[in-house]
Amino acid sequence: MQRYSAFSLFRHALTYHENWQKVWRNPEPKKHYDVIIIGGGGHGLATAYYLAKNHGVKHIAVIEKGYLGGGNTGRNTTIVRSNYLWDEAAQLYEHALKLWEGLSMDLNYNVMFSQRGVLNLGHTLQDMRDIERRVSANRLNGIDGEVLDAEGVKNIAPLINISKHTRYPIMGASWQPRGGVARHDAVAWGFARAADALGVDLLQQCEVTGFDISGGQVKGVQTSQYGLLGAERVGCVVAGNSSVLAGYAGFDLPIESHPLQALVSEPIKPVLDTVVMSNQVHGYISQSDKGDLVIGAGIDSYTGYGQRGSFTTIEHTLAAIIELFPSFSRVRMNRQWGGIVDTTPDACPIMGSSPVEGLYFNCGWGTGGFKATPGSGHVFADCLASEEIPAMAKPFALDRFYSGALIDEHGAAGVAH
Amino acid sequence: MLNIYCPFCAESRSEEEFHYHGQAHIVRPADPDACSDEAWGNYLYFRANPRGLHTEMWVHAAGCRKYFNVVRDTVTYEIHRSYRIDDPQASAL
Repeated sequence: MQRYSAFSLFRHALTYHENWQKVWRNPEPKKHYDVIIIGGGGHGLATAYYLAKNHGVKHIAVIEKGYLGGGNTGRNTTIVRSNYLWDEAAQLYEHALKLWEGLSMDLNYNVMFSQRGVLNLGHTLQDMRDIERRVSANRLNGIDGEVLDAEGVKNIAPLINISKHTRYPIMGASWQPRGGVARHDAVAWGFARAADALGVDLLQQCEVTGFDISGGQVKGVQTSQYGLLGAERVGCVVAGNSSVLAGYAGFDLPIESHPLQALVSEPIKPVLDTVVMSNQVHGYISQSDKGDLVIGAGIDSYTGYGQRGSFTTIEHTLAAIIELFPSFSRVRMNRQWGGIVDTTPDACPIMGSSPVEGLYFNCGWGTGGFKATPGSGHVFADCLASEEIPAMAKPFALDRFYSGALIDEHGAAGVAH
Repeated sequence: MLNIYCPFCAESRSEEEFHYHGQAHIVRPADPDACSDEAWGNYLYFRANPRGLHTEMWVHAAGCRKYFNVVRDTVTYEIHRSYRIDDPQASAL
């Protein structure tokens, strides 16, 4: 792999940038792999990368039915934070945030991780009590956080409306300075390039149509393009389509797939240098480096695999944004899209083994998976490489829905991400 | 935007008037104390999540406020039919 550096940029400028190496190969698949990862989004590619890098696994394939990073990785609103309430979730997301902090150097690929801080607004007394509690819990877990009053919010985001005469006046916020945004496509491309350099086969345009299971043990996956590919272990990281793949393997997951929409405005001059989120009025917003306002909100209420949602949801989202930032009322929206998110009853992911030996699932990240990308891949690689499920993944096992040990993160994860 | 037919109002109305209430025809176990952890977990948390036809409950929240069932395609979002929960043919889907 050619390393990217200021020097290589200069050197290639001499030949008009026509001789850059391909970012990754398009290999012919082998008949058998040590590990097959299904799903070439951020989480899947990160899993493959850490498997190859940290565990020295030699024969790894990532199978993607579309193109790399074309699902939720390329459709989210790029927010990264770790201010979750419960210990189990906070540790997992903070693990991810620490990896984010060194990711560009690690991958030799600029993922444009920008720690511009994240505000989670409170609009009622109960909101403020919940914020106090969450920030205190965060601090006990070694996660940075502050409680701000309305003036403090205004200092950070001067365009915000803190008038007492709105329908839901802003009373304050939690503030995580280490949170921020990252360039979503670059995360997929960076992990793909780095994994490819370690010998991982990236197989695109190849859909998994079934599993080869005998004696309760997975032996390989059936693909549309290459027939049967053998594998010792298989990891499924397919977000919204997790239930479909679990169906192929013959078991159910406590997951419902919903549309989640987002939209961006026309590019405007810099007006917002942080991330503002509100669970109460249901919206979140940041400004990309290109200048467009990136806006998202909650899921569409009904289940769906259509990668699109209803106009009413967009209308509610924008109403919330206008409530927070009245000056954005005349900004025109440029593009709007939807992804399929796999929601669980407790708004926490499902990670670990499945009823089929050798088949592992990493799913149920719901509306907030992007922020966890490196951490999710890191921990899931540990699951796939070792006999033991690592301590960080254990609380997220599928059997919590039978034992009742749910990790209720609806307060920190339910709407905003 | 879905246009949903309410079998009580006998009219197709905008999705905004309705609330979604998840999978239909879920039967509460007759004797919860006799359930295994697995059976109770399945009842509480595991829902059908098909890629295709889905039978689901909606409530006409800003209308007659009654619950009814809808058969909808989760890929095309096309609504195939709406029917009352007490429809004798309801379970024949």
